[in-house]
Order: sequence, then C-alpha cells, then structure tokens
Amino acid sequence: MSPLTLAYLALVSALASGIVALGADRYPGLLRYGSSILLGACGLLAIVAGGWALLDETPHLDQLALGLPWLQWHLRLDVLSGFFFSVVGLLVLAVSFYAPGYLQDYTHAKIRELAALGFFTGLFILGMLLVLLADDAFVFMIAWELMSVSSYFLVAYQHQHAANRRAAFLYLLMAHVGGLAILLGFGVIAGFGNGFTFEAMRAANLSVTWASIAFALVFFGFGMKAGMVPVHAWLPEAHPVAPSHISALMSGVMLKVAIYGFIRFTFDLLGNIQWQWGLTVLVIGAASTLLGVLYALMQHDLKRLLAYHSVENIGIILMGIGLSMIFISAGRPELGALGLIAALYHSLNHALFKGLLFLGAGAVLHATHEHDLNNMGGLIKRLPQTAMFFLIGCLAISGLPPLNGFVSEWLTFQAALQAPSLDSGVLRSLIPIAAALLALSAALAAACFVKVYGVAFLGTARSRKVAHAREVDVGMRAGMGLLAVLCVVFGIFPSVVIGAIDAIPNMLLGIKPPSATAHGWLWLTPISPKIASYSAPLVFAGVALFAFISYVVLRARPVKFRRGYPWDCGFGALNARMQYTATAFSMPIRRIFSPVWDAIEQIEETHNVTQPQRTETIRHHLQVQDKSWSRLYEPIGRLVLAAARRVGRIQTGSIHTYLAYSFFTLILLLWVVT
Amino acid sequence: MTAWILAALQTLLFVFMAPLLGGWVGRVKCHMQNRAAPSLLQPYRDLAKLFRKHTVLAEQASWIFRGTPYIVFGATILTAAVVPLVAVQLPTAAIADVIVLVGFLALARFFTALAGMDIGTAFGGMGSSREMMIGALAEPVLLMAVFTLAMTASTTNLSEATTFTLNSGLVLRPSFIFAMLGLMMVAVAETGRVPVDNPATHLELTMVHEAMILEYSGRHLALIVWAGQIKLMIYMVLVANIFFPWGIATELAANDLAVGLAAIAAKLILLGVVLVVWETVMAKMRLFRVPQFLGFAFLLSLLGMLTHVVLETGG
Repeated sequence: MSPLTLAYLALVSALASGIVALGADRYPGLLRYGSSILLGACGLLAIVAGGWALLDETPHLDQLALGLPWLQWHLRLDVLSGFFFSVVGLLVLAVSFYAPGYLQDYTHAKIRELAALGFFTGLFILGMLLVLLADDAFVFMIAWELMSVSSYFLVAYQHQHAANRRAAFLYLLMAHVGGLAILLGFGVIAGFGNGFTFEAMRAANLSVTWASIAFALVFFGFGMKAGMVPVHAWLPEAHPVAPSHISALMSGVMLKVAIYGFIRFTFDLLGNIQWQWGLTVLVIGAASTLLGVLYALMQHDLKRLLAYHSVENIGIILMGIGLSMIFISAGRPELGALGLIAALYHSLNHALFKGLLFLGAGAVLHATHEHDLNNMGGLIKRLPQTAMFFLIGCLAISGLPPLNGFVSEWLTFQAALQAPSLDSGVLRSLIPIAAALLALSAALAAACFVKVYGVAFLGTARSRKVAHAREVDVGMRAGMGLLAVLCVVFGIFPSVVIGAIDAIPNMLLGIKPPSATAHGWLWLTPISPKIASYSAPLVFAGVALFAFISYVVLRARPVKFRRGYPWDCGFGALNARMQYTATAFSMPIRRIFSPVWDAIEQIEETHNVTQPQRTETIRHHLQVQDKSWSRLYEPIGRLVLAAARRVGRIQTGSIHTYLAYSFFTLILLLWVVT
Repeated sequence: MTAWILAALQTLLFVFMAPLLGGWVGRVKCHMQNRAAPSLLQPYRDLAKLFRKHTVLAEQASWIFRGTPYIVFGATILTAAVVPLVAVQLPTAAIADVIVLVGFLALARFFTALAGMDIGTAFGGMGSSREMMIGALAEPVLLMAVFTLAMTASTTNLSEATTFTLNSGLVLRPSFIFAMLGLMMVAVAETGRVPVDNPATHLELTMVHEAMILEYSGRHLALIVWAGQIKLMIYMVLVANIFFPWGIATELAANDLAVGLAAIAAKLILLGVVLVVWETVMAKMRLFRVPQFLGFAFLLSLLGMLTHVVLETGG
C-alpha cells in the first residue's frame, strides 16, 4: 500500500462515478446517490493519498502500460502534487455532500440530460487528478485536455440559453489557445532534454533565451487557464453558467491545477529562474488582483461577481509566486520559500472559501431561483445556516483576521516586506508598491463582500420568491459547513498546515523557511520572531474573550430590549425598494475608479404632459463592461476574421483548384525531401 | 508573568483612558470655538447613561446587528492590547504585528458596515457604502506608511519598531516625516473627523459613520461609541509612539513606567490640541473630495517609501 495506490483508487472512483451516472437519464436516483457517493469516496481517497504523500516526503513513481508504444505513462506523486491532490479532494468531498440536494431542481424538472452532467463531472475530476499525477508531457497534455473538454460540456450544460452556448464556446477556445501555448512550452524544453518525461526535462540544459521563451509560453498558457489579467475575460463568462457545484470545482480547484502546472513547470522542470520572469509574474499578479476586485465590485449577478473574485485571488497567488521567483533569482532561497508558501497556502485557502461561496450562491439560487443581488435581501432570516456559512466565506475572502484568507495575505505581505534585502533599487521600490496594491485590493474586496452580504442576506426581501425562500436540505448545508469549518480551522491553526507545506520548498529549492513554525503551533514566525509574529489562536481567543467579557458584564445588569420601527425621517412606511442596492452601494467606487471600466450610464425621464416641469418616471440604465473586451479580445477577434477573409480568397469552391493545390504541394514536398 | 500582568494593566488603562482623551479633545475644541466647554468627564457620564438605558432594536434587525457592538468592541480592545502605550517589550505585542492590527480595524469596520445594512434603511446603506469606500482608500495609505517604517526598522512588530526608533536617536529621516504625515491624514479619515466626516453632525446628506450606527441605542451604542474613542486613541498613540517614542519605558521598573506614563500623557495632550486646531481650521469636505484627500495622503506615504529606498538604504 502506498499513496500512489490510493491515488489510483481515487482516479478509479472518479471514473466509476462518471460511468454510473450514465444510467441517470432512466434512473435519476443513480446520479443523486450512486454517483455522489463515489465522488465522496474519490474525495476522501484523494485527501488521504495527497496528505500521505505530503507528509511522506519521498516521491512515488510508477509507469503504466498505457499510451504510446515508446512512451509509457509516467506517473509521480510527490509533495507538490500531493498537496494539490488534497486540495482537490477536499472540495470534491464537500461537493459530493452538496450535489444530491442541489440536483433536486434538475431531477424534478425532468431535465433529461442528467447522464451527461454526471458523466462529465466524473471525467472532469478524473482529468484534474490525472494532471497532478502526470510525470511526462504526454500524460499531462492528455489529462489537461480531458479536464478542459469535459468541463466544456459542464459549462454548456444549460445550453438552452444562447448566452451560455457563447460562454462555453469562448471557454473552449481559450482553453485551447492556452493548451497550445503549454504544448509549445513543453516542446521547447523537450527538444533540449531529448525526451518527453519530466525526468528528461529536468536534466535539459537551456540557454537563457530559450528558457525565457519556454517560460513566456507556459506563463501565458497556464495564466490563461488560471484567469490572469488581461486574458481573464472568459472566466467570468464561463464559470457562473455551470451548475453551482461545478462552478465551485472550476473556480476552487481547476484554477489551482493551472497554478500547479505553472509551479511544476517553472520551479521544477525549468529551474534557473530569472528575476525578469519573477517581476513579470508579480506585475501581472498585482494587476489581476486590483482589476479582478474592481470588476467584481461592479457586478450584481452573484456568481459572476464570485468569478471575478477568482481573478483577484489568482492575482494574489501569482504575487506570492512572483516574489518567490525574484528572491530565488537574487540568491535568497529562504525568502523565496516564504513567497512560495504564501502562494501555496493561498491556493488552499482560496479553494476552500471560493468553493464555500459558490456553494452558498448555489444554495441561494436553489432556494430563490434568483441570480441578481438586487432582487435579494433579508435571506439571513430565511436561510439562517446558509447565511452563517456564507458570512464565514465572506470574512475569509476579505482577508480579515482570524480567518484563513488573512493568514496567506499576511504571509504575502511579509515576503514583500523583505524587499530591502534585494540589490536592485527598482525591485526594492516596485515590490512595496505591489504590496500597497494588494492592500488596496484587500480593502476593496472587503467593500465588495459587505455589499454582497448586506444586499443579499441583510435588510428586507426585495422580491416575493426571496421573501418565501426555504432553508436548503441537510446535505447541502453539510457541504458548506465542512468548508466553513475548514476556513476557520486553517485560519486559527496556520502553523500546523504550514509545517506540512514546508516540504514543498524543501523539494523544489532544497531549503525550508528558517523558522515559520519553529516556535510551536501557537506562533507563526515566517522569518524570525523579532521581525514578525502572528498568533492566530491567541487573536481568536482574544476577540472572543473580550466580546464574551463585555457580554457577561452587561448580562449581569439586564435591561429591556424593545423592538421598534427604524428611523424613517418622519415620512412613514419604509419599503424594501428604499434600501441601498448592489449598484448603489458600489457607486462611489465606480466614480473614483471610473477609467477602469467601459461604463454606459443612461437616465431616461418622462415628463408630465400638462406640467412639463414635473417628472413622471425615471429609468436608470447602467452597463459596465470589462475593458479587456474592447481593448484586447475584440481587436484580436477582428484581426483573426480579417486574416481568415484573406486566406479565404484561395478557396474558390471548385474541386479542380483544390486538386491542383494538392498536386503542387505534393511536388513541393517531394522536392524539399529529396 | 509580571510582563503579562503589566500588559493587561496597560490594556485596561488604554480602554479606560480613551473616553478621557475624547473629553479632552471635546473640551479644547469648545474653547477654540468660543463655546462653553463640558467637563472632562462628560464622555464617562454619557457612556454610563447609555449603559443604563433601554435598547430599542429595529424590527428587521438580525443577530448581526446585535452581535456587531460586541465584535467591534472586542476587536478594538485587542488592537489596543498590542499597541505599546507606556512600555515596549510587552508580550502582547508579539501576538499581532502592525499588519494584523490593520486587519482588526478592518474587521471592526466590516461588521459595522454590515450592521448598517442590516436594518434595510437607506441611511444604513448609504453610511456603509461610504465608509467602505473611505476605508478601502485609507487602508493602502496606512499600510504604505507602516511599510516605510517596517522596512526601515526591518520588523512589523510594533514594539520592536518603537525600540528601533528609540535606539537610533535623534536622526532626521525624511521618509519618516512623509510617513507620519500620511499616517496622520489616514487617522483623521479613519476616525471620522473633519474634513472627512464630522462626528458631531446628524445632517442626513453628510453623515458617514453616524449613518451606519443611526439605529443603535442603549448599551449597543455605548459599546460602539466607546470603541470609537479607543480607536481615536490607538491612532494617536501610534503617531506618538512610533515617531516620537522618547519617554516610553524600556524596562519594567516602577520608575521607568511612571516616566512612560507621564510622557504618553503629555504627548496625547499635545496631539489632542493639534487635532483640534486641524479640525477647527478645516471645513468638512464634499464626499467626492475625500478620494483626493486620501490620494494626497497616499502620495505622501509613497514618497516616504521611495525616499527610504533611494536615500536611506545605501547601494
């Protein structure tokens, strides 16, 4: 028995879950129970296999007699893939609790495409896990395509709406442009390493120029999949239209698989990291962080908003990786290890809280059939437990202590603050500015989640469906509860988790951060206790203690509580439409950062016929569009179309011409060969 | 153990002196504006009155509204606990560094804003929206100022940073001057003082902080008001002890502690006067001028940081 055996079992369960679901069109119960239980088993096995590999610290290698005749499938489970294996497993487990309840809507509505949903979910998870195990470029690309293509079918699942079909096509297109770049990146390094196994690639000896080309290709490819700015525009289109538990998997872990690929390629296969690469990653990371949160602030479709926050969080992870690369190239691997740990811990945390938030958004959708924040309100009373879990997710993603999102952002700040130890003055001044952008983004994220929570869960209901929402079933709450508890636990006991993650920089850089956890589980001291320390358990205990003392002291002298009407300025009868909406809430920020968006704002007034000075109705229309569309995607799209038209001229439509083309090509080729 | 007891005592002192500082600022302000001044103890009397009063809850209020005052108060006290007031090298400073401190204040702001949204009135939403906007702009300035300090002292631990300034003697660091100005401007914005917000107004269109807590009454209001006073004191102590640490006790001896106490009292009295003069000569700004105010503060902090990188680190 080895971790690899368990990992195989996880793969087999994922596949079995997909196959079992094939019968779901006839027997919907198969999907809700059979397939979900197998997914749960897959999740558990993946957690155990990954955790074991992470603690074991020795890579487990294997070859399977599959694939090409001269290249068997090489598989490897080491600390890095083990860590991501567990992350995927955690979310798959939560989703397996959640899915049966969520799918009720689909089974009741007699949608006869359940088999497709279950089958591709199984394949999607299989693909993600297989990417993590791959130890040669061939398996990697097969698994990568399996992951991309099967998730395409999940995005296109509700294909009745034209917008969803468009989103799915965009997703497929982007996944393949990215996939192509990754393939070329592998090609460059395999050409120098004389082989497609990762073993051969590690030994490859590249010149700096070729290494930079390979790096640029894979950064573009993986970055596209991960949703970095400016190639992120597909993400907020595609992720929200999938069923919510699939959105959770896509945003929570599929993006992390891309991060895994990037770390594996850059740190493990390529090596010899240049500071220019690190700076590129850092700058793009900072841009993704800030633009992601600014675009998120303008959304009022809950799932789209969450998808934009994935762009933000991928930016934070990239900042950690970028800092790590800069420090490594400057010969400070111990600080590089710190940056890498920050990035890895944020990957884990983001998987947890983004998964939680997407499941929560799904619960709201399930209970109210409402996407739009501006129609929600007062859900804390209708869905009390979902509201509690969602609040934990909001606090975590806003980077507030003592939850998990704060810890990884804190570590990123600590890594950035070590910039004075660098020699280059440019880097010394750029890194703190990047850190200030991270601070701005964190504060804006908090504003965004006050908006989300305040508009959706607090106040009073803005529509009838929302006013009569019912709490979701036990399984869905269990799925969310599991992730919420983990958000709290990983926030309060970060040193335990980081003690385990230490093995990853140890493998990649041959160095452990000097004393991240040297002072016991109570303290987190990334560099040394004199420089910075954070004790999450004490912080949590402190806030709880002070709040408790003030509560008890006040409890000793009870006074009466009375319910009354809120202040209505003496005009009477407040109604739900007088509340601030999501659009109103973010208006000051929209005004301040206005150059960031392509915003079209129109106010239409109709006037009274007899008294023209009296306004009868006012309509406010606001459309905020992502600038990457008008600045990047559309020009490129036009360019491609124009090029296609040029090329189209040689297509005459006559078979004779085409035969002539073939003939001349053949002759040309023969001439070249001889 | 003595150290922990002293730290607890220092925190208590912090919490119970905060209303006095509020009283001092109010009193000087009255004198400055030729009004009859209330007693220094007036804030205590107000708090006592509020604690005794009945609490009225709005009908729509959920547990968020009822829990927020406790969370805000708890987070603010914990922040106070990690700020060196009378002495450095107290064990509480290690629990949370200055980034965590900013995080605590953000946590308190997050819940206050949620409580504002909880009632479902336009005022609450308006206050929350504005407060989060101001907070979002103020936080990077605050961290930028703090980073300048942290990079100079190569620590984010407040106690260590204070010791560093103390040990480096009376040297002129241009970066510190910029950082201090930035920090002071942020302090004004974050504690809701003129010109960003006016704590004394209930004028509907200009309220920010007051709009969020409009529905609070009785003991809930008392906790929030008290937390606000502690927050003002935290910022003043930060300015006083980071940039002018002289007098603060480095040994935990009775003598040193007495000197430390007198020193911080003198510094706070002086800073209170500075705040009042500032508030008296400034007029309240329109809301959309606030980004310019904070943008200027950000520029100052950035200049501070760049000055540090360019001028103060050799090579």
